[in-house]
Amino acid sequence: MSSVPSIEAILEVRDISLSFKGVKAISGLSFDVRRGEICALIGPNGAGKSSLLNILNGVYRPDSGEVVFETEHFRRIHPLEAARRGIGRTFQNNALFKKMGVLDNLLTGLSRHMRSHFFEQAFGLPRARREAQQFREQAEGILEFLELQPWREVAVGNLAYGLQKRVELGRALIAGPRLLLLDEPMAGMNAEEKHEMSRFIADVNRDLGTTVVLIEHDIGVVMGLSDHVVVLDYGRKVGDGTPAEVQVNPEVIAAYLGTRH
Amino acid sequence: MTATSHPLSAAVDNAPVELVARHLPWPLLVLLATAFGVLPWLGNDYWLNAILIPFLVLSLAGLGLNLLTGYTGQTSVGAAGFMAVGAFATYSLLLRVPGLPLPLALLGGGLIAAAVGFLFGIPSSRIKGFYLMVTTLAAQFFLEWVFTKFPWFYNYSSSGTISAPRLELFGYSLASPVGRYLLVLSTVVLLTWVAVNLVRSQVGRNWMAIRDMDTAAAVIGIPVDRYKRLAFAVSSFYLGVAGALWAFAYLGTASAGSFDINRSFQILFIIIIGGMGSIAGNFVGAAFISLLPIFLNQAGQWLFGGHVDAGQLQNLQKIIFGALIITFLIKEPEGLIRLLDNLRERLRVWPLRF
Repeated sequence: MSSVPSIEAILEVRDISLSFKGVKAISGLSFDVRRGEICALIGPNGAGKSSLLNILNGVYRPDSGEVVFETEHFRRIHPLEAARRGIGRTFQNNALFKKMGVLDNLLTGLSRHMRSHFFEQAFGLPRARREAQQFREQAEGILEFLELQPWREVAVGNLAYGLQKRVELGRALIAGPRLLLLDEPMAGMNAEEKHEMSRFIADVNRDLGTTVVLIEHDIGVVMGLSDHVVVLDYGRKVGDGTPAEVQVNPEVIAAYLGTRH
Repeated sequence: MTATSHPLSAAVDNAPVELVARHLPWPLLVLLATAFGVLPWLGNDYWLNAILIPFLVLSLAGLGLNLLTGYTGQTSVGAAGFMAVGAFATYSLLLRVPGLPLPLALLGGGLIAAAVGFLFGIPSSRIKGFYLMVTTLAAQFFLEWVFTKFPWFYNYSSSGTISAPRLELFGYSLASPVGRYLLVLSTVVLLTWVAVNLVRSQVGRNWMAIRDMDTAAAVIGIPVDRYKRLAFAVSSFYLGVAGALWAFAYLGTASAGSFDINRSFQILFIIIIGGMGSIAGNFVGAAFISLLPIFLNQAGQWLFGGHVDAGQLQNLQKIIFGALIITFLIKEPEGLIRLLDNLRERLRVWPLRF
């Protein structure tokens, strides 16, 4: 267990283990994420990072252990339940709705806030129209925040990869999550795009107060962006601390950055 | 256009009308005015009976299937089965509930079809793609069998058929071609308006999200199974109303055989040729499917009438019809509506190509 007092933790991972057909993906993993921080999960490919995010928002069910989110204990959380409780998520390989426009993709993120009923929407009754207007304004806010206005109606399948990543961030963000899980938000980007995305993530964290857990391979980006780094290797935790602490941890250097000869 | 331009966006001026303004575009108003005001007086009985009524009913059926297949991504080959439910249910309501007004009978028929569609949509939470398509095929054959096997549905008539009951509204008879045309047109316009509302609403976005990637839809908080079943129910409502109109406003006398698997394929072709995930595409597709054979027939008669054997001429028409479908789909797999959109876009910027 970490020494961080649990009062401050928005998320506690407690002794989580997961295996696929006998192959251990994660074993006995525990760490805390404090409210309002940016926590980076790093580690070589196959270290169990994405699997962990999948457990946190309910796509996978752990073999043992539990997740505590905002003092609620979960053995398994259903994806819908996770979304309802304010856990937002982006994927390693974009999971956008490719034939829909940017605006529509953002608006799908508001579905769980929908209050008007089917018939109100079918007949365009006042409550449905008010809600549509309000959703549209929220979406415009996100478009402005992420500087996506020029692509408002472009089908996301036709957008550049870096922009798609930004749309996906926006879709997670529009629902007002308290915890945002980002799976390699900068994968496949050039230096300039990475810089831009880092800025957006930092803005989200600072301006909206959203707690962020992200997976990233670019150590430079991780060290610059995050408050807290958890290092995984073969499903185990090998390092946990501030970027500066992790950087000098010999076990981390051996496991992740390679042993110095 | 009355677009409110945004300082940071150049694209909003070119935005589709529905995103910036909620008024009807004038070509649509002209079309509606013509359909309601001019055609009933201009069109002769042949035009109304044999061309406009089937075109409108098929458009409505296409619309119903498109909500399920084009918007929600659940392929169905059982469209005609649900049309049959609507037709037989409406017949039953008119027969067994004395004094029930026609619109309520149509509504009831649609609702019963929706309930049956909902039932056949339940497997969609467990099975996908081809396998789900097979369950809709099963629905098609099962429903056809039910309406043949149990005489109660066709009121024990010896022919196994159901006939148009009293078509009247507030005491006015709608039995004339003009009356039936106006009944069909009003129904189609009303239901199209509802469909447009739906696909532009959060419900429609949820459907399209499920179509594009259902796992992601679940993660962002869309109740996927519920929305799939909803799509089945709404789609079947539309198909049910279309089935009732097909039976009573177009055919006059129908049986389970009027709603066989060929009808299902016809509806499926309408949405594939017209355009999946498009409202206007259903009308274009229905026009293509129902009007082109008539046109080819006329053209064939005019060109070769008397010189070529009539049977050969029939076959020739089928070959040309098939070849045209293949050509259009190669040219634009997203359907005729996309082809028309591209053409309109090109005309808009003509003569400047870039």
